[in-house]
Amino acid sequence: MTRVVPLRRPWLWLGSAAVLVVAALLGLSIWRNPNIQHDVIVQFQFAPAILQGLRTTVVLALLAAVIGAVLGVLLAVMRLSPSPILRLASGFYTWLLRGTPLLVQILIWGNLALLFEHLGPFRTNDVLTPFVASVIALGLNEGAYMAEIVRAGIIAVDRGQNDAALALGMSHPLTMRRIILPQALRVILPPAGNQFISLLKATSLVSVIAGGDLLTASENISSANLHTIELMLVATFWYLMLTTITSVGQHFVERRLGKTGVGMHAAH
Amino acid sequence: MPLIESAPALPMVRAVGVHKRYRREEVLKGIDLEVASGEVLCLIGPSGSGKSTFLRCINHLEKIDAGRVYVDGELVGYREGGDCLFEMHPREVCRQRADIGMVFQRFNLFPHLTALENVIEAPLRVRREPRPQAIQRARALLERVGLREKADAYPSRLSGGQQQRVAIARALAMRPKLMLFDEPTSALDPELVGEVLNVMRGLADDGMTMIVVTHEMAFARDAGDTVAFMDGGVIVESGAPGEILANPRHERTRAFLSRVIGARP
Ligand SMILES: Nc1ncnc2c1ncn2[C@@H]1O[C@H](COP(=O)(O)OP(=O)(O)OP(=O)(O)O)[C@@H](O)[C@H]1O
Ligand SMILES: [Mg+2]
Repeated sequence: MTRVVPLRRPWLWLGSAAVLVVAALLGLSIWRNPNIQHDVIVQFQFAPAILQGLRTTVVLALLAAVIGAVLGVLLAVMRLSPSPILRLASGFYTWLLRGTPLLVQILIWGNLALLFEHLGPFRTNDVLTPFVASVIALGLNEGAYMAEIVRAGIIAVDRGQNDAALALGMSHPLTMRRIILPQALRVILPPAGNQFISLLKATSLVSVIAGGDLLTASENISSANLHTIELMLVATFWYLMLTTITSVGQHFVERRLGKTGVGMHAAH
Repeated sequence: MPLIESAPALPMVRAVGVHKRYRREEVLKGIDLEVASGEVLCLIGPSGSGKSTFLRCINHLEKIDAGRVYVDGELVGYREGGDCLFEMHPREVCRQRADIGMVFQRFNLFPHLTALENVIEAPLRVRREPRPQAIQRARALLERVGLREKADAYPSRLSGGQQQRVAIARALAMRPKLMLFDEPTSALDPELVGEVLNVMRGLADDGMTMIVVTHEMAFARDAGDTVAFMDGGVIVESGAPGEILANPRHERTRAFLSRVIGARP
């Protein structure tokens, strides 16, 4: 029997060792840094105010994701509709919201009272609380990005699927709902998962209008006790938890989708 | 009695001067055609001659630029009013399409649904049939195309021939008055062609009106009532299969047939 001798890769080993050393040094420099008070981190990691902010961040992200998904499907279907007006409207929306910084959009929604004192019968500031303004700003922005993701998913579905459904007498909306979108989902989910991770992090921007999220809570505390870095580390830990959980969830969803035998490419 | 005798039987399909253009290119240049109820018409012709386009005009998957298509006496896609044609509401177009079955070269089964779900989808959602009844009929149809035991299989687990037979069952589930086949066996491995053609022969024997675009000359000869040869967006000649395939009158038909039969003995 011949023995298989694996290729030696000294550079791979050397590189890996170097990475480990750098990582260890970095960790050590934070751990041993006299300017960081670890007891402050411990004190605030699970503080009620921080946990409240964390909850707000999660709720904010989920609401914005739902709004974004619904809006994204709507905008994508409009973008692909036979009506030039709908196409134009959808294109304009995406152009506007993707073409301006999210931070600016958040500031505009948070300060809308300066533009319109009243919204219908209500005082703007009563309706558009920082939280509501944050949800709207994030959700509308998310919609523009989701629209592109959904559109790519729809386009990826074979044109013959549309023909077959129409030939059976199915209407355009029914075809979208029952035939095209379920197939597009496979193409949509991976980038949508990444988009949600971006959204989780983007929620931190609402701290500029005191949106009450995790970063707002951390900043409120650090501006009182001046332990800025410690509280940022507290926030960092929670953000990493959220994005990690999302990534793991995304992984499982994608694996299940790949397994259910719903082969998009029929065997010919 | 004389009244009934003299009334000509209404053709199932009547195409009058059908024109279709894609941008500058004119693909159909005036198609006139009649298909009687229960007739099997085989449409042959070289690639690019407009066969698929014509089929897609019959169920209004493509809008025509001039002419008219009638199916079962009803104008497809438009309403006649004075000397104008009014485009139909999409809902009406769907209703018309529901009565016309179509089978595609690449099967186009819905890959996220099982064979059975493929078959019941339109009866449930378009015809609003009760689910148990739709399932029962779907099983009967799958049995008819020889796929009873594949009801719960996804298309990706089926061979090409099996997929195409599911596609035929799916179209039949709508109880169409007319079936359109666009090269139903062209994407199949040679050994799988027969099983699909057999199902189609059975349909023809049951009196289904069919328009079949095909390169299977043997099928056209023994299952077809009429063969029409299309080239360059017109129907060059049509007639009984024996005549057209054995003694074509036109040089273009002759050239095409010798090419096809030469390629596939
Ligand atoms: N959607 C389209 N847009 C532009 N041109 C098209 C379109 N569909 C078909 N054509 C053109 O119309 C002509 C006829 O096409 P068609 O598919 O009807 O031919 P066919 O007879 O079915 O050919 P084949 O045997 O290859 O299927 C071709 O020249 C083709 O390029
Ligand atoms: Mg064709």
